[in-house]
Amino acid sequence: MTSAAGTVEAPPTSAWRRLLMRSEALRGYLLLSPTLLVMLGIMVIPMIGMLVLSFWTQLAGTTFDSTFTLKNYADAFTREMYRILFVRSLGISLVTTLATVLLAYPMAYFVAFHVKRHKMMWIILMTLPFWTSYLLRVFAWKIILGYNGAVNSGLMSLGVIAEPLNFLLYNPTAVVITLTHAWAAFAILPIYVSLEKIDRSLVEAATDLGDGPVMRFIRVVLPLSMPGVIAATVLIFIPTVGDYVTPSLVGGTDGYMISNAIQFQFARGNNWPLGAALALSSMVIVTAIVVVYVLLVRRLTARIG
Amino acid sequence: MAERTVRTGNRPLALYAALYLGFLYVPVLFLPLFSFNDSIYISFPLKGFTLEWYRSMAGNEPLLRALMNSIKVALATATISTVLGIFAARAVTRYRMPGSRPLVAAIMLPLVVPEIILGTALLIVIMQAGGTLSLLTVTLGHVLLCVPFSMAVLMSRFEGFDRSMEEASADLGENAWWTFWRVTLPMAMPGIVASFLLCFTISFDEFIMAFFLGSTDPTLPVFMWNQLRFPQRLPGVLALGSCILVVSFFVIALAEWLRRGSSSSTSGAQ
Amino acid sequence: MTESIISLAGVTKAFGAFRAVDDVSLDIARGEFFSLLGPSGCGKTTLLRMIAGFEVPTEGSILIDGVSMETVPPHLRPTNMVFQSYAIFPHLDVARNVAFGLRKERLSRDETRARVGEALEMVKLSGYESRRSDELSGGQRQRVALARALIKRPKVLLLDEPLGALDRKLREEMQLELRTLQRSVGITFVFVTHDQEEALTMSDRVAVMSAGHTAQVATPRDLYERPVSVEVADFIGKMNFLPCRLLESNGDRVTVDAAGLGRVAAVAPRPLPAGADLVVAIRPEKLTLHTTEPEASARVTCRMQNTAYLGDRSHYFVDIDGAGRPLAVSAQNADAAVARELAAGSGLWLSWAEDALLVLPATS
Repeated sequence: MTSAAGTVEAPPTSAWRRLLMRSEALRGYLLLSPTLLVMLGIMVIPMIGMLVLSFWTQLAGTTFDSTFTLKNYADAFTREMYRILFVRSLGISLVTTLATVLLAYPMAYFVAFHVKRHKMMWIILMTLPFWTSYLLRVFAWKIILGYNGAVNSGLMSLGVIAEPLNFLLYNPTAVVITLTHAWAAFAILPIYVSLEKIDRSLVEAATDLGDGPVMRFIRVVLPLSMPGVIAATVLIFIPTVGDYVTPSLVGGTDGYMISNAIQFQFARGNNWPLGAALALSSMVIVTAIVVVYVLLVRRLTARIG
Repeated sequence: MAERTVRTGNRPLALYAALYLGFLYVPVLFLPLFSFNDSIYISFPLKGFTLEWYRSMAGNEPLLRALMNSIKVALATATISTVLGIFAARAVTRYRMPGSRPLVAAIMLPLVVPEIILGTALLIVIMQAGGTLSLLTVTLGHVLLCVPFSMAVLMSRFEGFDRSMEEASADLGENAWWTFWRVTLPMAMPGIVASFLLCFTISFDEFIMAFFLGSTDPTLPVFMWNQLRFPQRLPGVLALGSCILVVSFFVIALAEWLRRGSSSSTSGAQ
Repeated sequence: MTESIISLAGVTKAFGAFRAVDDVSLDIARGEFFSLLGPSGCGKTTLLRMIAGFEVPTEGSILIDGVSMETVPPHLRPTNMVFQSYAIFPHLDVARNVAFGLRKERLSRDETRARVGEALEMVKLSGYESRRSDELSGGQRQRVALARALIKRPKVLLLDEPLGALDRKLREEMQLELRTLQRSVGITFVFVTHDQEEALTMSDRVAVMSAGHTAQVATPRDLYERPVSVEVADFIGKMNFLPCRLLESNGDRVTVDAAGLGRVAAVAPRPLPAGADLVVAIRPEKLTLHTTEPEASARVTCRMQNTAYLGDRSHYFVDIDGAGRPLAVSAQNADAAVARELAAGSGLWLSWAEDALLVLPATS
């Protein structure tokens, strides 16, 4: 504290104080540490715990035999059922990702290029449905596609069909439709942001140089929007592979996905190590796919541009 | 000047946009629609208007308990996540820290890892440590999910921060703690409130973590999930869901308005 | 009583391999208006921030009023700073902004109000107490920043390019005001700027900085009349340079053979390194153009190459045989007739005072 007339009082100095003063990075890390430690405790350590558990064996009740074994992974990769589930889950996610991105792109394009005023309002309009309970949104589709649901009863009361259609619900298609609806925002936003960033003068330059609207789109807009598209595909693909609520409510046995198998092992199946192995395997597979995908796309866009 | 005029390709695109918005909204609007329907069956034609389902919510003891649980968990989650978010966002935006980018990416991981994996991993560790499932464990799971959101909101708020504000405060005699109270916190308040509201909503609506990490004392989403087994309870669930929908809309709209509305007050320079 | 209030000894700030401030040693006297002048990136702001405490020197020491600042954090230093962006707190009105630093003094409400009123009067913003920051213009914000710093009566006021964001007229007004304010308050000002006119107008002494080190520390007059290097000479005002060879030297008086000028007498502000390439340097206004042969001993013939009319004065560019490049001459347009004659062309003469010609090393 200084007084107008007098001398400066320096605070007591220790080596620690000096270090803090000199090193900005140290102060930063100190401030970051509570959050980092908490995330370490509730994310990193559990993941490690899951990894360790996947090498154990389940005994009766809640005890485990901790001798190292690869049996769980062997089961996960060799049992017919799990292979089907993996493939089906990946397939559903793939189709969902494709459908979501393809359907969302024109919407994002519309708002980015054709809406002149109140863009903020459009963005809120597009994303508002998604800040609500995921459970309810999936359930809404159950109502719509059900045997006595909205579509069937509506078509019947209009006289279009005599009997309710029973292929609408409890199959992979229903899962895809529901997921495409539920994850739309994760496609709209990244694509929109990417399109919005495109320098309009580039598009005008293309027009000036003779490109018609279609060529302009293919040669300028599409490549420049690729970062957003890639982000969207990754943001949708990864979580949908592990989605639990949707296959449970609208999937039926035909639409059973890997997450249902995982949940089963942690509940009635009572084989936690197997559940852990399944969970980690699916994570590894998904990560590998995404990495390969991102590298490939990078190569391709470099060529087009 | 083709960009400036309405192109003929515009119309189909506008139509598509309208249809797509319809696709987004209609399923969600079905919930309130059938919540007023005077029938247990969720089907057309509509039978008549009734407020019965809403009225039945009032006396429903388990429902009210589940609601209280959700509110408790959401409040705790929002508080903890926002506080952790403030520390982390401030640290990263204020100080030059080598290696901060991978750490931030690591903190953001819950955004891209399927919830079921995060939930079961946490479950494993809790059980191995001999703990019991309760609202506390649900809160832990929710904090895991919300910290990335809180951090994202606060980082974007702090990034526009004029660094010299805090330096000015220090220059005028305030130490780090007082600077935080007198300058950083007030200036960041809109972002803090937005983060709180966002985390509250995410936690309130969240199902998977609450399902895996909860006990027999459920949160509201788990309660609804349990109700789905009973067809006659369905419209009641719809009524409940519609209420939640409306409240969530308002909360999120409020959070957005706050986050953008005072974005001009982060910088002091002209 | 003029003793140094700030002493910098060997101060260096390195970011990895890059040295933003390189071995700077300075003494700033009590009550002085001292400027740090240089182009962007020369290290002047970094140096200022080290005095304030926001950067910690990698090497060297900083003493304020005889006390080492090594372990003193910014909030305990007897300095206050006016930031380039002014940093007016947006959530507080003007009065609360100005009174911000008074919290620790625990004054009563009336005392605080009186002090704030005093400070605002000093910067000519009386009556602005309840305005909010988004209601203020740039110039007003700057004054609030000043008032906020001065109210604490620091020993040293640090100013980081405070006038950079203002338009020309306002800037000139503020330059005068700041100078007057400094004189009346008697506080030492350390002022950072890239505008050499500004530095010369306001300062008692200026440190010209370049690439992290001080090229010259002197009064404005000495900087202008006796720059010690080509770098400084070129940075401050305009300067003509011609290559030359040393013939004789006698203290600071030397004789050189200059391209185009021949054998001439000149002044060396600093001892010349042996064997170095040399140049003669002379300011455009120190050269005089004549239509007939002048009496002065220092003279040479020349031809008019180009003229630029600037209203109050004209710039003439003349060719001299053997010089290799044109010389710039600046003259007042006091007499229109003379100006026209000069513009005509050939048969012109150039003269100068002997001690106006400087000899400097060609490279730093």
